[in-house]
Amino acid sequence: MSAPENRKYTKTHEWVLVEGDVATLGLTDHAQQELGDITYLELPDAGDSVSAGEPFGVVESVKAASDVYSPIDGEVIDRNESAIDAPEVINQSPYEGAWLIKVKLADSSQLDNLLDPTAYNEYADEA
Amino acid sequence: MCRRPDSVCLRNPVRRVGPIGDERERELGEDNDAPLKRTAMYQRHKDLGARLIPFAGWEMPVQYEGIITEHRSVRTEAGLFDLGHMGQIEITGPDALAFLQYSTTNDLSGLKPGEAKYTLLSNEHGGVIDDLIVYRNPEGEDGYTVVMNASNAPRDVAWWQEVRARRDDLDVTLNDISPNTGMIAIQGPNAEAITQSLTSTPLGQIAYFTWQNGEIAGVSTKIARTGYTGEDGFEFYAPNESIDAIWTALMDAGKDSGLVPVGLGARDTLRLEARMPLYGQELGDDISPYEAGLGWAVNLDKGDFIGREHMAAVKAEGAKRRAVGFKLTGRGGAPRQHYPVQVDGEVVGEVTSGAMSPTLQENIGLALIKRSAAGVGKPLQIEVRGKLVDAVQVKTPFYKRPS
Repeated sequence: MSAPENRKYTKTHEWVLVEGDVATLGLTDHAQQELGDITYLELPDAGDSVSAGEPFGVVESVKAASDVYSPIDGEVIDRNESAIDAPEVINQSPYEGAWLIKVKLADSSQLDNLLDPTAYNEYADEA
Repeated sequence: MCRRPDSVCLRNPVRRVGPIGDERERELGEDNDAPLKRTAMYQRHKDLGARLIPFAGWEMPVQYEGIITEHRSVRTEAGLFDLGHMGQIEITGPDALAFLQYSTTNDLSGLKPGEAKYTLLSNEHGGVIDDLIVYRNPEGEDGYTVVMNASNAPRDVAWWQEVRARRDDLDVTLNDISPNTGMIAIQGPNAEAITQSLTSTPLGQIAYFTWQNGEIAGVSTKIARTGYTGEDGFEFYAPNESIDAIWTALMDAGKDSGLVPVGLGARDTLRLEARMPLYGQELGDDISPYEAGLGWAVNLDKGDFIGREHMAAVKAEGAKRRAVGFKLTGRGGAPRQHYPVQVDGEVVGEVTSGAMSPTLQENIGLALIKRSAAGVGKPLQIEVRGKLVDAVQVKTPFYKRPS
């Protein structure tokens, strides 16, 4: 599944969808394929802050645990409880039902450092 | 060193686990750049779309369709495994039995032709170099065939050569047949029916832990009723050049019986549910079989063997550590190898294996802990990335197939 056009991407396989000053973060299709069956998800609470380049959560598959990184600074305003309850949704629908957190953007210029869909697709193909 | 396909092999289990995709290297746990070996089934795995990973120096399928679905297929229908990475050595000659009795822990003297037994290759300190299945060769064939873990096979062979040099009173021939031997396994409730459709050998006559010569779809093979999943099933040993023909015939015969190819990922969760030990996790050079719960595979009365004195002392004093099964009662992710285990704020040991059990839908694990902390029903806390998660010790195996 190629990366949707309306987002930006990280080299650690997260996507960012920006609407106004709110950024929604999720994992890419490449990430869920790489992980395999996802069994557990750990996310910050609303009110917590996240920092660019720092892990904000953990995703576990049957065979591995991996950090999930934030590409931006900001405050968490919501998290996807249904993905926490049924993390397999990330395997099934990484770009739609399986968003992870929504963040109030502190510095929108940080988005300029991220990959566009074409660049991410190329990067993921090589990985 | 962690070589398993399904674990993170955390060097530092506290919080930082690394980015996605990193687990290939972490699960590998091998730093050398030696080219990976491939089994005779390699192209078949590629054609099936398997995800291949480095494992014990081999390029092996960790999954085809997905670990959970493959796991469930083996529990409810049947699965087919490539085990071509495992090692096999033939030990023959007039003193083959004496040599095996001296170098391993179990009593093999009662094995009749075609019978097999689980035993441990012991070191001089009462630890374990490898765990093994020793098959006495079928009627009319001299000696024994021993199956070794892929990760240990080279050092097992080197060790046996050293033992043979030391015991030049024993007339024995060692023949490492690993490079030419293919091995596959069919496991699950439908395994016998699928296999029976391809052979005139009455499989009902092959008892658990025995093997026979036979033919599958006209191809000569050894047929063993053994496995590593907790299900009924067979393992097939045949020359590399004929193993793919057996695999293909089984896949064809099993396509209406739910037979699917299964990778090393599900092999690990299957064996964990059945509480079968994995070398490098439940077993190691510095873990006594009595600590690992494998005292039943040690016979102190059969005569002298390497490490016997140390094992006898551990048995007499009581093992200081115990391998226990547990399940998480709190929420916090799956337990994994090397996670610390606590009781009342004190570290009492560590997790040796753990996973989200696909059959039980619970987080289960094995841990090696201080004896005083061990006991079914007693609580533990598992440190998962810096957070303590409640657990309770439970009876094992976690899963036993319906009889």
